[in-house]
Amino acid sequence: MSNVFVRRRHKLLSLKALRDSGAVLPGNAEENCPHCGQPVLRRELVKNQYVCPQCGYHHPIGAYYRLSLILDEGSFKELDEDVVSNNPLDFPGYEAKLDGTRRRTGLGEGVVTAVGRIDGQKVAAGVLDSRFFMGSMSAALGEKVARLIEYADKNKLPLILFSASGGARMQEGILSLMQMAKTSAAIERFSEHGGLYISIFTHPTTGGVTASFASLGDIMLAEPGALIGFAGPRVIEQTIGEKLPEGFQTAEYLLEHGFVDAIVPRARLRSTLIRLLKLHGKGGDSRGK
Amino acid sequence: MANELKPAQRVALARNPERPGTAEFVSALFTDFFEQRGDRCCMDDGAIYGGVGLFHGKPVTVIGHRKGHTLEEHVAYHFGMPSPEGYRKAQRLMLQAEKFRRPIVTFIDTAGAYPGLEAEAHGQGEAIASTLALSSRLTVPVISIVTGEGGSGGALALGVGNRVFMLENAVYSVLSPEGFAAILWKDASRSAEACDVMKLTAADLLELKVIDGVIPEPEGGAHTDPQAVYRALDELLAKELAALSKMSGSALAAARYKKFRMMGANALRKERV
Repeated sequence: MSNVFVRRRHKLLSLKALRDSGAVLPGNAEENCPHCGQPVLRRELVKNQYVCPQCGYHHPIGAYYRLSLILDEGSFKELDEDVVSNNPLDFPGYEAKLDGTRRRTGLGEGVVTAVGRIDGQKVAAGVLDSRFFMGSMSAALGEKVARLIEYADKNKLPLILFSASGGARMQEGILSLMQMAKTSAAIERFSEHGGLYISIFTHPTTGGVTASFASLGDIMLAEPGALIGFAGPRVIEQTIGEKLPEGFQTAEYLLEHGFVDAIVPRARLRSTLIRLLKLHGKGGDSRGK
Repeated sequence: MANELKPAQRVALARNPERPGTAEFVSALFTDFFEQRGDRCCMDDGAIYGGVGLFHGKPVTVIGHRKGHTLEEHVAYHFGMPSPEGYRKAQRLMLQAEKFRRPIVTFIDTAGAYPGLEAEAHGQGEAIASTLALSSRLTVPVISIVTGEGGSGGALALGVGNRVFMLENAVYSVLSPEGFAAILWKDASRSAEACDVMKLTAADLLELKVIDGVIPEPEGGAHTDPQAVYRALDELLAKELAALSKMSGSALAAARYKKFRMMGANALRKERV
């Protein structure tokens, strides 16, 4: 690979990540942490990878910024960025809303998929982005995730997926639902072939994404305090007619109930991934490439 | 004619308490049925009804949602909304069908997986995900029939079939119309409007290629003449099982994978972003 391309590729991710991280905004601006309510300087927040210095709240972050935090410099290459949803059910107003969201976020869909390296190990990585229709599962999102899984399978690469999702994309109805089967089937096939899949829950992950690929990792990680569940807390409260206990459906709750292996603070995520890849041997999977 | 029914009317028919449920389909279509209970871990979830029976003399594993008909049954089965233990029971029965090389027939009739505190604590998401994953790789024929309400991931967990059919007045959707209206318009009372845009009828889903066929119902709905529906189902199952049983195990799994891999392929637009 020529250096020019590597440099150019690196620049592209840095620019997109910069936009995502909000680091281009004035650093001396102050905002209140949505969790603890304390004022934080944006400069501090950026320096701290968008984790509140006071209370440790992990802000949701953009997909490109996330990738820039875990991948080796210059290794990022985006896949399938041209896969986008049309309006399959002719849902009123959906196309205009899609276009607006694309312009506002710079994203084509609610997931960015890429191939890159982590400490030299080549990986297939995908990150759901909650700024895009709450990371909800559209046909295009499901397609990009399935293609990433198949790419990892074909090229015998470890697979890393960060989830963040409000569930189904209502405007795509039943086709959204079917993506759960599609992505779960792809993971199952990848797994049968011996592929390593590390799934990381980030805040918030609910609905169809929780009930499909996000819950099927060989290694299940979560960011501290992330809300993770199938049914949303409000629906549950309405169903059972009582208030939910403190800490219900948090990453810590899932750890206690046996659904994740570890809670990993953002600052330690890359080093944890490096260790996990190393533990799975050369190539990071059972196929030994 | 039933064709002129509005989507909201079909939703009402699909939910009609008189409508035959999984237990009725099982006793009408299978002989010597033996119910299998429990997830072999914690409990038996009655919202999933399953076991083994004979169809035209050959063993078949049957798994379906069960709403129940009496108040006691409704309460015991959460109106057919399964808990994680129910899905784990379903997985157990699927694996057993695989072991004994018998086909699986599923009956789908649920508003969705149960949204409860314990259901979450016991991993509702994981239970549905792993059921989807398992059913995608089974090497025996799987036929799924949406008989009433097919709501959300709780329905789909039993819906990864080589063939998927719907009764004429059944509905199948990402969420209940009430939930859909509540999420999208913050107003659950607009459910009739939601029914119109959701594309949840059997005819809609056939057009979207989500299902393979529609089983006609008598005018007025399945409950007005259940025998006619049983006859149609019997004929359909006999035909489809005969066709699928000619395929090898690996071909069945590969075909099922491809079927679901293609879901939504027409919903994509190619463009430079």
